[in-house]
Amino acid sequence: MTQSAPPLVLNKVRFRWPGRSSFELSVPAFNVERGESVLLLGESGSGKSTLLSLICGIVVAQSGLVAVDGTDLASLRPGARDRFRAERIGVIFQQFNLLPYATVADNILLPLQFAPDRRKRAGDALATAARLCTALGLPDGSMSTQAGRLSVGQQQRVSVARALIGQPPLIVADEPTSALDANTQDAFLGLLFDQVQATGTSLLMVSHDERLGHRFDRVLRLEDIATTERQLA
Amino acid sequence: MILRLILGSLRARALTVGMTVLSIALSVALFLGVEKVRTGARASFADTISNTDLIVGARSGSVQLLLYSVFRIGNATNNVTWDSYQDIAARPEVDWIVPISLGDSHKQFRVMGTTAEFFDRYKYRAGRGLEFKDGAGLNDLYDTVIGADVATTLGYAVGDPIVVAHGLASFTSHDDQPFRVTGILAKTGTPVDRTVIVSLQAIEAIHVDWQSGAKTSTQTTPVEVIRDMDLRPTAITSALIGVKSRLQVFRLQRWINEYKQEPIMAVLPGVALQELWQIVGVAETALIGVSGMVVFTALIGMMAMIFSSLNERRREMAIWRAMGARPATILGLLVFEAALMAAIGAVLGIVLLYIGLMIAQPLIDQAFGLWLPIEAPSLGELKVLGAVIGAATLVSLLPALRAYRLSLADGMMVRI
Repeated sequence: MTQSAPPLVLNKVRFRWPGRSSFELSVPAFNVERGESVLLLGESGSGKSTLLSLICGIVVAQSGLVAVDGTDLASLRPGARDRFRAERIGVIFQQFNLLPYATVADNILLPLQFAPDRRKRAGDALATAARLCTALGLPDGSMSTQAGRLSVGQQQRVSVARALIGQPPLIVADEPTSALDANTQDAFLGLLFDQVQATGTSLLMVSHDERLGHRFDRVLRLEDIATTERQLA
Repeated sequence: MILRLILGSLRARALTVGMTVLSIALSVALFLGVEKVRTGARASFADTISNTDLIVGARSGSVQLLLYSVFRIGNATNNVTWDSYQDIAARPEVDWIVPISLGDSHKQFRVMGTTAEFFDRYKYRAGRGLEFKDGAGLNDLYDTVIGADVATTLGYAVGDPIVVAHGLASFTSHDDQPFRVTGILAKTGTPVDRTVIVSLQAIEAIHVDWQSGAKTSTQTTPVEVIRDMDLRPTAITSALIGVKSRLQVFRLQRWINEYKQEPIMAVLPGVALQELWQIVGVAETALIGVSGMVVFTALIGMMAMIFSSLNERRREMAIWRAMGARPATILGLLVFEAALMAAIGAVLGIVLLYIGLMIAQPLIDQAFGLWLPIEAPSLGELKVLGAVIGAATLVSLLPALRAYRLSLADGMMVRI
């Protein structure tokens, strides 16, 4: 890990879903700096999911550079990319983030199973997870609760703890607040930002909700950084 | 921890997983049960007669002769005259010969006329001899020795009177000449248990007023008169022979088979048993085939269950992927899950089998004279279990590969 490299660099990226030639996404240039929080605004169908898949290394661009924490994802073999994702990126989804049958603790520790380095960084992983739970305002004893029994808001906070454990350089969040009501949303974002700042992690959030913007260092529209092309096949 | 998560995932789907495991368990229990009955039947058949070198009877099939003379299954087509019997008994190769006369019955049990030598010469299960549990052998003309099952089923004790019926399922009985139970044999697990044994002379005696299966006169000859009659039999059903030297078995067999005065034959019990297995073998194979298909069906059921669960578990797969699991890990998870279900099913199947055996053992023994031993699983049975788990693993590869492809395509972005 090079300390100077930004957590995320996209340069002259062109991507086309294999077999689905009707959709093409290109990103000329987009960076997320260390410790920076960026909100990307975009409606559904604007290419958000494709962009996140590219950043997470689920898919690889046909041309251009996608580098996370100084590593070109295209240079890694698929298996190595999966491990790399576990090591360097914390992922938060919209909802249904957790394995409902597993305990909160197991859910938080799950990415560490695939990321030995991140596990080392987490130190005493169980204690770290417990500390994160407390910091995120989860009730005492929730570590051993089945994740499926928690409220949606609590589940989202657990997924924040899971993304933060072991301090990955980049956190990618895909509409994490869309399933929450307005009050919970604000509390949730407050907790998320506290923890992101405390760990010095960069945050890239994708949403369609402009009202979230005031908390972020930068607010961009997806169409400002990326162009999509739809052709009728 | 991954194992804990797999168990948690299985537990979360307890009902469908439980049903799948149960169907595998039942199919495994059925398969092993069929196998147990098969080997048990073979063993008990093979144990029924030992130390007898030849069985002589009227010319028919060797299997038929074996079945009616030793197993009391079916009937003789014809008799062997006493003269022929005497000729055979006089052969220098013959060490001992025991005549058997069948045809009458008592309740549901067959009556066998023989000589006192039968109790010494009849051996079963690698040379074990008959033992009296109660009383002693035949002394008087109207004495009878009964097998263990006859005694327990009909509640007879030594000294009880018995009336023999003519034929096997008839309403005419020899009630003018009642017998007395003088001995009860210990349990052997052979057809002897279900046999009422009387002397050859007694068989003659009760048929004094009979000819060709019907009573000749309405008058019955008094017992006192019969006792004074010459009760030498005119014919017997078959005879068991022991030879002086094993090497002479085939010579004697050829001599009997070429006997000119009467169409009779001699068979080696072991050879006849082999022939029997060849006939029964087809049914056995069919039985094993069917129970194998049941196991296969249960595994297909499991495959269907995994397939149908894939859609609702796409989200779960996406979470695993987002957390850094490779598609190969997803594949491994599903295959391991299937192997685990099959293993639990197989072990449960063995447990069911043993419970079933414990309950059914005495019942089967009573109903069919078939003793199924309860013993630790044999190597063959363990191999079956291994094969079931292996087959489950193979079968689960199909849905697992589909999950693999799905998780490659979905990545971590499944919207529900």
